[in-house]
Amino acid sequence: MTEAIAAVAHDRHGHPPAGIMRWLTTTNHKDLGILYMSFGGIMFFIGGAFIMAVRAELLLPGLQLLSPGMYNQLFTLHALIMVFGAIMPFATGLNNYLIPLMIGAPDMALPRVNNWGFWILPFAAVLLLIPFFLQFSGIGSGASGLGWVMHNTSLDLQSGIGIDFAIFTIHLLGISSLTGAINVVVTVLNMRAPGMALMKMPLFVWAWLITAFMLILVIPVFSAAATMLLTDRHFGTHFFDAANGGDPILLQHLIWFFGHPEVYIVLLPAWGLIPHILATFSRKPVYGYRAQVYALWAICFLSFIVWSHHMLTSGLPLAAEVYFMYSTMAISVPTSVLVFCWLGAIWRGAMTFETPMLFALGFVAHFGMGALTGMILPDVAANAQYHNSYVIVSHFHYTFFGGGIFGMMAAVYYWLPKFTGRMFDEKLGRLHFWLTVIFFNVTFIPQWFAGLDGMPRHIADFALRFSAMNLISSVGAFLLGLSQLLLVYIVVKCVRGGPKATGQVWEGAQGLEFTLPSPPPYHTFETPPEVK
Amino acid sequence: MKLTGAAIHDESAIQKWLICLFCCNKRHGAASIRETRLIKKQLPLWFGIVFFLLVFEPACAKSIWDFQEPATPVARDSITASVDFLRIIMGIYAVVFAVFAYSIFKHRKNSGTQPGTFTGPRTRWQWALAISPFLLLIYIDYIWMGIPAFHAIARMEDTRTASEMVVKVTASQWKWQYEYPEEGIRFVSSLATTQDQIHNKEAKGEHYLQEVDNPLILPTNKKVRILLASTDVIHSWWVPSFGVKRDAVPGYLREMWVNIEKPGTYRGQCAQLCGDGHAFMPIVVEAVAEPQFKEWVAKKKAEGSAASAAAGKVWSREELMAKGDEIYNRICITCHQAGGKGLPGAFPALAGSKLVNGPFLDKDGRLIKDGHLDRVMNGKPGTTMQAFKNTLPDAEIAAIVTYERNSFGNHMGDMVQPSQVKALR
Repeated sequence: MTEAIAAVAHDRHGHPPAGIMRWLTTTNHKDLGILYMSFGGIMFFIGGAFIMAVRAELLLPGLQLLSPGMYNQLFTLHALIMVFGAIMPFATGLNNYLIPLMIGAPDMALPRVNNWGFWILPFAAVLLLIPFFLQFSGIGSGASGLGWVMHNTSLDLQSGIGIDFAIFTIHLLGISSLTGAINVVVTVLNMRAPGMALMKMPLFVWAWLITAFMLILVIPVFSAAATMLLTDRHFGTHFFDAANGGDPILLQHLIWFFGHPEVYIVLLPAWGLIPHILATFSRKPVYGYRAQVYALWAICFLSFIVWSHHMLTSGLPLAAEVYFMYSTMAISVPTSVLVFCWLGAIWRGAMTFETPMLFALGFVAHFGMGALTGMILPDVAANAQYHNSYVIVSHFHYTFFGGGIFGMMAAVYYWLPKFTGRMFDEKLGRLHFWLTVIFFNVTFIPQWFAGLDGMPRHIADFALRFSAMNLISSVGAFLLGLSQLLLVYIVVKCVRGGPKATGQVWEGAQGLEFTLPSPPPYHTFETPPEVK
Repeated sequence: MKLTGAAIHDESAIQKWLICLFCCNKRHGAASIRETRLIKKQLPLWFGIVFFLLVFEPACAKSIWDFQEPATPVARDSITASVDFLRIIMGIYAVVFAVFAYSIFKHRKNSGTQPGTFTGPRTRWQWALAISPFLLLIYIDYIWMGIPAFHAIARMEDTRTASEMVVKVTASQWKWQYEYPEEGIRFVSSLATTQDQIHNKEAKGEHYLQEVDNPLILPTNKKVRILLASTDVIHSWWVPSFGVKRDAVPGYLREMWVNIEKPGTYRGQCAQLCGDGHAFMPIVVEAVAEPQFKEWVAKKKAEGSAASAAAGKVWSREELMAKGDEIYNRICITCHQAGGKGLPGAFPALAGSKLVNGPFLDKDGRLIKDGHLDRVMNGKPGTTMQAFKNTLPDAEIAAIVTYERNSFGNHMGDMVQPSQVKALR
């Protein structure tokens, strides 16, 4: 292995062109990983800015800042940007950078496709945002304001050009996700170093392989549904138009058949990387490796057969309600296998609490709450009270933010020294963690109780009984948003300088990527390492 | 009452969090190394305290932090399921994270422990320990909570057995129409809160955004079957105290039932994003005892015959304008805005509109297609402009058209009589 590194260090040809052309033309997995991650980071703040405006409107009852139409656009864009623009590209960036390093491959299997997959994204983002900005110069009626899944079919048919832009954005994002997913599958199945059997792969690689399969299965469904909607809107087909014999519920089925696996597509990469971090800082091997791999596959399978629990109030027949309730509850079993293994990972370890470990533990604590509340929601007896209320908003932010984003933050802090070759400011990192934990809970716990009290989601203005909860939640959200700026400062500071990081970075870190120097050279593992 | 309770509760909790945070920073700033270590050791404890404050304490104070008081058997089933399940998951959370906290507290590098090398359960006892949580989970999902849930759903979905009365609810953007088919009563119920209150020009009333002009009146202790339909997009009828929420889907007839146990006023609102007016689509149900309900039905029927009489008589311009003003400010204003200004890009203006300032009947007295009266009566398909002939009586349509043609700087000078509308239906 050291030979390989030495060979890489002496390799002077194949240096990239300088300046902007390097980033436009690069097919290097590390460059593309950085591009993906930077894009995800930027979109995270754009999506965050949108939701700040929404929470500002919800600070007090009455309409102060936004018209209801503008309000609908803002939360829709927030959701689309966070899911498709921030979390998914960021996770793709991590896989791009890390999978070749983790399995001992020189690059991704399809480097040019990789470049194409990334450069679709900025254009997709522009396409999504164009109608939003055009409305300020009086063109069109603004961006899509229908929620991220466009769940209300008939409303889709009646809305303005924003929805068409959203449909084309979905097509572009779909192509980008598919190229990324196919690349992962091909790379992982073909380019592992000798000795790296499937059941020896790091869990992050496993999680991404499964995510990639899920993407390949559901993205075409989503794109097809969006296309059917497009032809309904402009070419007189009547798939979903009740007035002409179409079925509005059909679109809900199609979209949630995509939408539920999508939840796991967002979460699986985080589930894959958490065991790495827990094991490193507990100075122990990964606990329950096989159990975790099987649990991830089980969740992948179950995610395809539970979609209608998003539609339990739409008037499903009794048998379907019972089926979707019981099948959804089954997800709690593999999920708790994961939690059990995370507990096993730290049990009797020699733990230290650097920032990535704090975020990993924060992930466990918050995702645990999201998962447990997710156990109640499919109970159809109670579901009518939760469905489309703020309870749901609170629940899925515990999974998406408490799970997805906390996981990504842990990854940022864990691998940042590897990417940059420098340590970040540990004190500031911890401060960032504690601020995030506190304000995250201040934001989303009140939403749970506002929902129990009967506050529906997606409303621009609310009755006075929900005032107290919304006030707290808004203040929490502002502070949560502000404290994320600290992350930018920490990352920029780390990129610009700081104490040098060793190759292994963390005392207990295991894995091929930590056998390389920090930062790793531009080309790595051109001769595959031996894995025992 | 409830509101102030909640506010006080939260403030104290927030103060506690802030104190935690403040102390943390202060001690860090001044700290000797030993002190810092002490703080580090306390972190899991604080974590626990914060979680207790945030999750457990509120959940225990049930009166403030729970569902609205249930008023039907379905709502009681639902609250039972929910509270039981919440207790279970909080129990699980407490146990699991107590173990986590123990591990975080105990298994630290600086306490000198040698890290274990195990990667799974090894002994029979450990396997039993590893498997038991999952057995417990399956028991909770499919037996403890699963079986009662099955019976509750079967009860909830059984809308027909012993139902004594039918009410049909038709949703349109952004109001509800209630119909009592057997009694022959039909009326529209829409938001009564004024635009001034919404735009903060006027103090907000107690039932801000949860008040309507014509509430749904239902008798108590009677199983009422509710049929749901929609004329445009998907809406969702939700009254938290009744424990029912069901989507009104265009092209379908959905159903649910309520059996209200106590007289009173129950409030809810549309729960499915249905466009710009989604937040302004409240539901108010007044439950009254059977005799009062009968009285109300008789009164409503008399009003109905008065209305058809009104449609027969010839109205003066002043009467039409006054009625039109009232209805415009209740219904049309949501989209077309005060003063008929509309919202550029979304809703057309009526002031100076070609359509409003054009003819509405041809020389044979038929509706001109896409004329003013046609648009109000038949709507514009594929937009939020709906066919108002389905929801408004003749006199109101006549009044609204007359009003729009002679307001906001429109001076058509003509008027529409209810009898004309009746003939054109």
